[in-house]
Amino acid sequence: MQDRLFSVIRGLKADYIEVRLDESQSSRLAYRGERLEEAGRTASTGGCVRALIKGGWGFASFNSIDRLAESAATAVEQASHVGKGRSEFSPSRAVIDKIEAEYKKNPVEVPLSAKKSILDEYNSIMLGTPGIQTTSVGYADIKKKVIFANSDGSYIEQSRIDLNLRLSAIASRDGDVQQVGLSIGSKGDFSTVEGLQERVGGIARRAVALLSAPEFKGGTFTVVLDPVLAGVFVHEAFGHLSEADHIYENPQMRDIMVLGRSFGGQHLNIVDGAAVPGLRGSYSYDDEGTPASKTYLIKEGVLNSRLHSRETAAKMGEKPTGNARAINFNFPPIVRMTNTYIEPGATTFNDMISGIKEGVYARDWYGGTTSLEMFTFSAGEAYMIRDGKVAEMIRPVVLSGNVFTTLHNIDAIGDDLDMNQGGGCGKASQSPLPVSNGSPHIRIQNCLVGGK
Amino acid sequence: MEQILDIARRSAQSAEVFRVTSIRTPVHFEANRLKQIQTKESVATALRLVKDGKMGFAQASGHIPPADLVNMALETSQFGYQANFAFPSLMSFEKVDVFDPQVEHIGIDSMISLGQSVIDAVCANTAGILCEGSISRGTATFEIASTGGGHASCKRTNFSISLDGMLVRDGDILYVGDIRSSCRPILDPSPVTGEIIRQLDLARTNAPIKSGNMPVIFTPFGLAGSLLAPLISAFNGKTVLDGASPLKEKRGMPVFDSRLMLTDDPTIPYQPGSTPFDDEGVPARRNALIDHGKVVQFYYDLHTAALAGASSTGNGSRGGGMPSPSVHALVIEGGNVSQADMIKDLKEGIVIEQLMGAEQGNILNGDFSGNVLLGYKVENGEITGRVKDTMVSGNVYQLLKEVLAMGSDSRWIAGYVSTPSICCPSIAVSAK
Repeated sequence: MQDRLFSVIRGLKADYIEVRLDESQSSRLAYRGERLEEAGRTASTGGCVRALIKGGWGFASFNSIDRLAESAATAVEQASHVGKGRSEFSPSRAVIDKIEAEYKKNPVEVPLSAKKSILDEYNSIMLGTPGIQTTSVGYADIKKKVIFANSDGSYIEQSRIDLNLRLSAIASRDGDVQQVGLSIGSKGDFSTVEGLQERVGGIARRAVALLSAPEFKGGTFTVVLDPVLAGVFVHEAFGHLSEADHIYENPQMRDIMVLGRSFGGQHLNIVDGAAVPGLRGSYSYDDEGTPASKTYLIKEGVLNSRLHSRETAAKMGEKPTGNARAINFNFPPIVRMTNTYIEPGATTFNDMISGIKEGVYARDWYGGTTSLEMFTFSAGEAYMIRDGKVAEMIRPVVLSGNVFTTLHNIDAIGDDLDMNQGGGCGKASQSPLPVSNGSPHIRIQNCLVGGK
Repeated sequence: MEQILDIARRSAQSAEVFRVTSIRTPVHFEANRLKQIQTKESVATALRLVKDGKMGFAQASGHIPPADLVNMALETSQFGYQANFAFPSLMSFEKVDVFDPQVEHIGIDSMISLGQSVIDAVCANTAGILCEGSISRGTATFEIASTGGGHASCKRTNFSISLDGMLVRDGDILYVGDIRSSCRPILDPSPVTGEIIRQLDLARTNAPIKSGNMPVIFTPFGLAGSLLAPLISAFNGKTVLDGASPLKEKRGMPVFDSRLMLTDDPTIPYQPGSTPFDDEGVPARRNALIDHGKVVQFYYDLHTAALAGASSTGNGSRGGGMPSPSVHALVIEGGNVSQADMIKDLKEGIVIEQLMGAEQGNILNGDFSGNVLLGYKVENGEITGRVKDTMVSGNVYQLLKEVLAMGSDSRWIAGYVSTPSICCPSIAVSAK
């Protein structure tokens, strides 16, 4: 294969050219209430060619390797149609490497019947909880091999195994419907979805309890986020703004995002890196052949670095960080996060809430999104904090902030870093990309919370 | 496809193959300039089969030996649900126009100049704005065949313009944009340019807003982005079957304002959501969901309908796995009040153009809550500027129970929903 790809690449003229071939197998199980709605298997093969000529890009994807040569010619022709200027693309050393899939307990080798019996048990725990109307359960695992070759002379084979389990318990009474979910993900360790009986029972009981929880009246509050929701917060509030493709061709954004600018207190350190091992966003090389790294986005409150592809790095005069990722062969790589987290501080949870007269303790996640400047993220679980103690449960809340003020308003960072591996990230139609994010507990002053 | 069915027939009682073959050519702009041209080819094949009365499922993207696909489906059938419906065997359909050969003849250079002309006009209106987006053309062929002898195919073209502008000023970021889509070429860029410039003009300055309850106007974009997801969920036959829809016992009952008419209509010529048959080979048809405020019916695929003792409404859709109920193209009937008159009638209120995070609330219950990414403050009958750092929260059933006015400004959003502006009496606003 190596020779075949190199011969296609060598036969074409471009400033840069790369070929990516994907092969994957996945299995899925889905329930609605008592019904198993889907037991299915998927196989996928395909590839793509991307070419850069005079600053213009061409990209062609195909399903059959027989189309490789023709697609490569198309990509080059398209690139030359677009290119009018000069190509800027960070150089990279040629790498020949083969990375086997890491796994602790390989989900692909677990028989479908064993997967089903675990899901059956979780589902019956939820359905057996008084007040639960229905449930939704979805499990999927995927084994994927990506072969990459480029005009630098790199040839890299990488295999990975990813799995994801999502459970929702839905409670209903008098026309009111409430739901609580749990999402677990892992890079190749099936045991992460085993032994969840306690937590599954907990989400079902919480869904029922939400029916009696009061509505929340919105406003600005002191908010404490648990590690899971704070992880979603850091992903939405700052991670996306760190992606250099939002910045590199925008002079005003470059002024705003100048390295050295203060974004928060000295206690604030934000990291992203695929080189952080064993997490869902971990890998050895990105989809441009750049080795993974660990990047301090914010160091001691100050903007320290950002996430790059080889093009954004070259155009900004910075170093590539190995963050160019494509979800599959139908898309070119774009700048993405990997494993993003706030480093732990020293404050205990009790010290964090003890001084709060009235506030909100928001836990777990339901979703999050950003416009770069403003962002929202929603809690899966929320409580009032009254006189320094966690008090009554309230209906889940949506929180919102502005990146230029909210990070400054973090005034306490906990000592209990935890990584959430249950999420997926969406950008430019490429969703859900496996990522992880995390944080210790954090406290935010003056945070906008939606409510009726 | 016949080969797959032949192999499946040897081991299964019945089988159905669904295949989509597509080619799409998007032209991407970034930072006001042409950046990338793409060509995306794909073929995906899905097989459902019934073995020992149970449903098996497998799909493949790209080439796969037919025997492998059949074996994968046979393996999953051991765990599948009890087959409770037959794959359609008689397939004849009313014609719906969804193919325009002109689309394939639009050259790359015409697409480039179309995109560049919108960008140039927007940049001429507002200095410093950076536009990105794409012009895309594509053709997809849908084929379905079953062991019962049924066979159907449909070729559909698509052309779309999607452009967003980002304006950074004083550490403040403004987003504007428009998206239009059709089965025919869109050759006139002026509606897109006009819409983007309209948004820019209204958002020129920021206006203060205080927390409290106030009347709200959802523009077509605002409505599509905040109120539709809860309704789509509540009318889904599967949500109803599971008892998780607030409308489950409301058929025939008035739930919404009597002016509200909501229809799923896949029969409108050259709309991207239109189709002669759904992804299970059931004829697609016009279904009224809300008629004069009353809940008319829910939408079903074959499996859900069989479980619910109903019939498929032609809403079987494949979003990457087994078919499930999904709407084709929603139409909310317009009224007779112009958006300008709606604004004129408000002493104080908010106009919502884009709500961020609306789908993150408890959609099942009709709740939504989000940050007003683009919205305007109304005072004494006039828009005074853009609101920022503001959240709104509401519930679809409360908001649409009694509306103040239905707009005369219906338009399609991305080709999948047509709606006017709607003015509602009260929404909760939380501001900094």
